[in-house]
Amino acid sequence: MSLLKSREALLALAILVLIGVVAARFPAFVRPGNLANVFNDTSPLIILAIGQMIVILTKCIDLSVAANLALCGMVAALMNGAGVPLAVILPGVIVLGGALGAVNGVLVWKLGIPSIVVTLGTMTIFRGSIFLMTGGQWVNAHQMSEAFKALPRTVLLGLPVMSWMAIALIALFGVVLTRTALGRAFYAVGGNPHAAVYAGINVGRTQFAAFVISGALAGLAGYLWVARYAVAYVDIASGFELDVVAACVIGGVAIAGGAGTITGAVLGALFLGVIKNALPVVGISPFWQMAISGAAIVLAVAFNATQSRASGRIILKSAEAR
Amino acid sequence: MTPQTRVLPDRLQSPAVRALRSWEAILVAVAIAVFVTNSFASPYFLNAWNLSDATFNFTEKALIAFAMALLIISGEIDLSVASIIALASTAMGVAMAAGAETPVLVLIGIGTGLLCGVINGALVAGLGLPSIVVTIGTMSLFRGIAYIVLGDKAFTGYPASFKFFGQGYVWWVFSFELALFAGMAVVYYLLLHRTSFGRAVFAIGNNATAAQFSGIRVARVRFILFLLTGVMSGIAAVCLTSRLGSTRPSIATGWELEVVTMVVLGGVSILGGSGSIPGVVLAALIMGMVTFGFGLLNVPGIVMSIFLGLLLIGVIALPRLLRRR
Repeated sequence: MSLLKSREALLALAILVLIGVVAARFPAFVRPGNLANVFNDTSPLIILAIGQMIVILTKCIDLSVAANLALCGMVAALMNGAGVPLAVILPGVIVLGGALGAVNGVLVWKLGIPSIVVTLGTMTIFRGSIFLMTGGQWVNAHQMSEAFKALPRTVLLGLPVMSWMAIALIALFGVVLTRTALGRAFYAVGGNPHAAVYAGINVGRTQFAAFVISGALAGLAGYLWVARYAVAYVDIASGFELDVVAACVIGGVAIAGGAGTITGAVLGALFLGVIKNALPVVGISPFWQMAISGAAIVLAVAFNATQSRASGRIILKSAEAR
Repeated sequence: MTPQTRVLPDRLQSPAVRALRSWEAILVAVAIAVFVTNSFASPYFLNAWNLSDATFNFTEKALIAFAMALLIISGEIDLSVASIIALASTAMGVAMAAGAETPVLVLIGIGTGLLCGVINGALVAGLGLPSIVVTIGTMSLFRGIAYIVLGDKAFTGYPASFKFFGQGYVWWVFSFELALFAGMAVVYYLLLHRTSFGRAVFAIGNNATAAQFSGIRVARVRFILFLLTGVMSGIAAVCLTSRLGSTRPSIATGWELEVVTMVVLGGVSILGGSGSIPGVVLAALIMGMVTFGFGLLNVPGIVMSIFLGLLLIGVIALPRLLRRR
């Protein structure tokens, strides 16, 4: 546990150094208003990273989150166009996202299909469904009601609602993971599935629950994304699932399952968010971002591996992984 | 990935060969069904030149799928293949802009693939990192480098002699790519099913620890497999760049999914340990014909991708559903 804590402290330090380096040249970057902006900008990534982290804890992976986000975002926009009130849309997309996650979950739970195959498949099916619904049409800002667009941007106590939602979800799942039986089950299933079975935990159902959570969070993020950028089309958030996995890996979530914290995942997301927002400030072409996050993933996973090797647990872990 | 599949190895009780035979028999039946359906659905399907054009749908992906099949049988995966194409194509573009001739361009394309394979292999086999995360990272990294070099621009104007690899014909309607596909199918068939290296790949996929104790150099085999996948992606990059005649950083986006679908549809177990090259060849033919048939019927590409997604889940779910009954 102290090892995990130190890794998160290290990551927090890396983020501070990063901010410091940028601030040395461009002091405006560290103005509270701008930092709040960076956090707000990173909120969808944080929300998805929480869900992804829970899925990865259970030895699975969810590559369909970005497609789920896009599908739910489009449904939200279409419901808005049909005059459905926001009070219905918001729970609606969360339920829809959760249902899409449940599809992944059932295939993993009941048929035992590896999650990477399931979610690679549903990723294309979800995106394709958006095309089937809309025929490739866009929903633009002028087709959305003011209330629909305003909610994520409404400022409460100095922060936009979108940021508050991210903070609330961090707190909620922080409690769920550390203070509830379900939370412990996520860790148990990933840490040692056999032991989990003997401890009376239903492995498949726990994985199912993880996919439903991941899907529901993607659904919520879908509304936030579409409302904030005021546009919905087939390809929104295309490739975003990689950023989400990257945030988790950088945050020290073990891809073999069973280890990781909400703090880590959130810090991983913030690390990517700070880089993304700092690049244009420093004057580096945004085309660098993809390569930088790729390099960050590789470095983070290499770093995680050397860390766990030093702890002397690697022999058991690797035997278990095979 | 669920513990049950590892605890109860009842799969070993039924002869693996028979299971594989039957899976390939299903694929042959599906291939014939698709072929017949297409012939009735469109009057343009049964035409030697049209069918020849259709092979371009799958040859480049299938080249990568052969190496990917070996990699997946050994229990690893490479999600960076499409990004290797992007980087290799960009490297060729840079060389072309500097005035390199066709042979040099081909060497640079394949060399870039090799280098990318070495990087993946060193990270997975050398440092012992999980291949799925490593290749998700290098997937971003390789394509990211292509974006850094190219931004929103494109390389065009490849030399005329370079066109042969993607547009040339060896004999009558048989393109260079089709010949390469057939040749590589034979090479990979021999490598996987007729050499000790191939046996080692199966052994590692079934039980890496046992393979290690039986004297197989597991890390070296894994490294070679990543290297092969990189080289095949480089070769695919040469063909694709030659066929398109241009390089954009978004080239071959999403191909990793299609390649993995092809391999899994071909009967290779995603958990490793079983699979065959004839299965992958059949899967490539089926995917190519389905894509072509949908194209003739004016079905949009994204609808086709839904079908591929359903196919990917369906082919794995179906045997599992049947076995439960």
